[in-house]
Amino acid sequence: MSTQVAIELKNITKTFGNVVANKDVNLTVNRGEILSILGENGSGKTTLMNMISGIYFPDHGQIFINGEEALIKSPKDAFDYKIGMIHQHFKLVDVFTAAENIVLGLEEKGRYNIKKSTAEIQKICDKYGFDIDLNKKIYEMSVSEKQTVEIVKVLYRGADILILDEPTAVLTPQEIKKLFDVLRNMRKDSKSIIIITHKLNEVLEISDKVSVLRKGEYIGTVQTSEANESILTEMMVGKKIDLNIERSDVEEKADRLLINNMCYVSREGVKVLNHVTFAARSGEILGIAGIAGSGQRELLESIAGLRKLKHGSIIYNNPKNGNQENLRDKTPVEIRELGVRLSFVPEDRLGMGLVGNMDIVDNMMLRSYKKGKGVFLERKGPKDLANKIIDELEVVTPSANTPVRNLSGGNVQKVLVGREIAASPTVLMAAYPVRGLDINSSYLIYNLLNEQKEKGVAVIFVGEDLDVLLELCDRIVVISSGQISGIVDARTTTKEEIGLLMTKTDGGEKNEQ
Amino acid sequence: MVVAFIQRAIMQGIPLLFGSTGEILTEKSGNLNLGTAGVMYVGGISGVIGAFLYEQSVETLNPVLAVLIPLLSSMVGSLFMGLIYAVLTVTLRANQNVTGLALTTFGVGFGNFFGGSLIKLSGLDVPSITLTQTSLFFKKSLPFADKLGWFGEIFLSYSFLAYAAVAIAIVMSVYFNRTRSGLNLRSVGENPATADAAGINVGKYKYASICLGSIIAGLGGLYYVMDYACGIWSNDAFGDRGWLAIALVIFAIWRPNLSIVGSILFGGLFIVHNYIPNLSMSAQELFKMTPYVVTIIVLVIISMRRKREYQPPESLGLSYFREER
Repeated sequence: MSTQVAIELKNITKTFGNVVANKDVNLTVNRGEILSILGENGSGKTTLMNMISGIYFPDHGQIFINGEEALIKSPKDAFDYKIGMIHQHFKLVDVFTAAENIVLGLEEKGRYNIKKSTAEIQKICDKYGFDIDLNKKIYEMSVSEKQTVEIVKVLYRGADILILDEPTAVLTPQEIKKLFDVLRNMRKDSKSIIIITHKLNEVLEISDKVSVLRKGEYIGTVQTSEANESILTEMMVGKKIDLNIERSDVEEKADRLLINNMCYVSREGVKVLNHVTFAARSGEILGIAGIAGSGQRELLESIAGLRKLKHGSIIYNNPKNGNQENLRDKTPVEIRELGVRLSFVPEDRLGMGLVGNMDIVDNMMLRSYKKGKGVFLERKGPKDLANKIIDELEVVTPSANTPVRNLSGGNVQKVLVGREIAASPTVLMAAYPVRGLDINSSYLIYNLLNEQKEKGVAVIFVGEDLDVLLELCDRIVVISSGQISGIVDARTTTKEEIGLLMTKTDGGEKNEQ
Repeated sequence: MVVAFIQRAIMQGIPLLFGSTGEILTEKSGNLNLGTAGVMYVGGISGVIGAFLYEQSVETLNPVLAVLIPLLSSMVGSLFMGLIYAVLTVTLRANQNVTGLALTTFGVGFGNFFGGSLIKLSGLDVPSITLTQTSLFFKKSLPFADKLGWFGEIFLSYSFLAYAAVAIAIVMSVYFNRTRSGLNLRSVGENPATADAAGINVGKYKYASICLGSIIAGLGGLYYVMDYACGIWSNDAFGDRGWLAIALVIFAIWRPNLSIVGSILFGGLFIVHNYIPNLSMSAQELFKMTPYVVTIIVLVIISMRRKREYQPPESLGLSYFREER
């Protein structure tokens, strides 16, 4: 194996507005080497790779390829430097065959002859051990087959440096094993591979070197042979920061929601939730920590009645009459009437909670449209509520009749949370409620959640910032690949402990046996 | 009788074939041009304008020019329509449905305005323009067709535009399935982001296929006036053939080769009421409805089959722009 440097990054910095996505990152990858890039969500891994593959252009710093400085301004430039990126979201045409997708857009000489091209592609597949039917249509393929097509596509275009953005996130353990075999074959063929992941066991299994990013900053690179899980976790999560979020103690606690053995299988056949069991208590904020896409969204939506479970039950202890009720297979309306409220802030804030083009009053009415008599709407109640929310939560808006689309992210969030709280819920679920908010708005939301907790509401808080989770929550459920890897007391646990639990995958370990 | 029916059905079907192959080309790039009715109308009137001006300016017509001038003016007219649509939907990313419907209204208005003006210019009492001389050149069929009996009548008795329509449909079918450029075009209509990432110029492909598709559709209008209607233009006589052409696209499940068969079937269904004796007016209208009914049935069947190959291009009707991520 030669130790020639294939790609080197020097002091790469990239900012988006005021946000520093990458700061002074240095990396080197040799030929025939696999480098893992490890980091939490939002640590800038994907941004960094996008700069190598020509989607972004760095503000500062240099990229060297085979020892020469390279200016990569577009995906085409990257391709000319023999860099290929396999994105998390595949770029494939569904009704085309694998072979058609692989040759798409190539300007080869000679007549277009898909059979001849297929034969050439097959050679590549045989060389690296890909097992795939090139004449199969993409829409008939499983996720792992689609990923294989993407990898073959990049190889067919002659890439020497391959970047894989979280390639294992959607694969089963068997498929991951297959993928790793292929990656090892490519390493033998002196290709350079960069793989983005946050699963520690995979990092240790496949890579030669690990580079760690944290909040955009380059922390360091270690040889995998000298690393272990605790070293990497510490590099990844860093030291604890004090935020001074209030946390009140509530004496009386009762189990409000019992999640038993919850299993959910997505339409693609992936097990998103796997035997999830926990209890949410009244007078308590239950944190849910996990790498993005570990099943948090599916968990909350299942409780809210938006998804159909494969197994398990959701037992709700009704505080009004003491009855136990199973929320599974109930409609969202039935669940809401029992007092379970979901305040969901997905990536698009205005997606599930509010209607952007409608004003604050109308958005209040989305919850009360069934009330009132006759065909005409009852507008007074919602209007009073809108004004009350604007006053109490200090929503900055010209009037209650302003379309919520025109409000800033923090104010939209206040309107949404305000409306959910106004319905005096018994269970309040909030997913990433402070994402994108400034510090003041964030604290306001924390206070609101605390207030609800003191009123005896069972609050479920899905968060991404571990520091916040540690200070705000009473208990933290850590979820990893759809499984609960631990339930910890937020008062006594450490950041490292949660970090380790977040990256623990049982699937990978089973795979080793 | 049967031979005559088939012949008329084919002649009736040719404008639809032009319209639907043009529309298929457009739709394969992911653009749903509901303005096809207007494009075909403009294609027709532009040809009429060219022919009218030429007939007025010379004593005896040169056969080559008599065909070439209307042909070119028709193509320019429909290209102009295609360009309007392309600028609005591709460059400015306007809503395709609204743009298309507006284009239909505009095209019909454009045609009726110039049709009316020419009628005034010609100074005749009848509300139509007669271009019999030009039409004769357009209607020229193979000289030996008459001598071959029913075979000649069914297969060889048509004008060059009719054969051109079939040829274009076949060439397009080969283009989609057997060429690199066709593959690229289909990928633009299916998934422009993927095409873009593969280095295909999405805008270029969209513009080209919209413009070329409009020109082909416009030829349907020209064929209708010069051949089917024997060179007589009267306002609104074109009817709803543009919409039939769009229905035919669905019927042919976006395949130009199926469109050939479909156009003849649609043509036949459209005129079959003339060949059934003793039909009342209302029954005639019911028969004229059958192509649409057939289209709905086809839609129901392909929806039930759920086969992805039978579905419209995936990004049909959606504008594409490379997002800043």
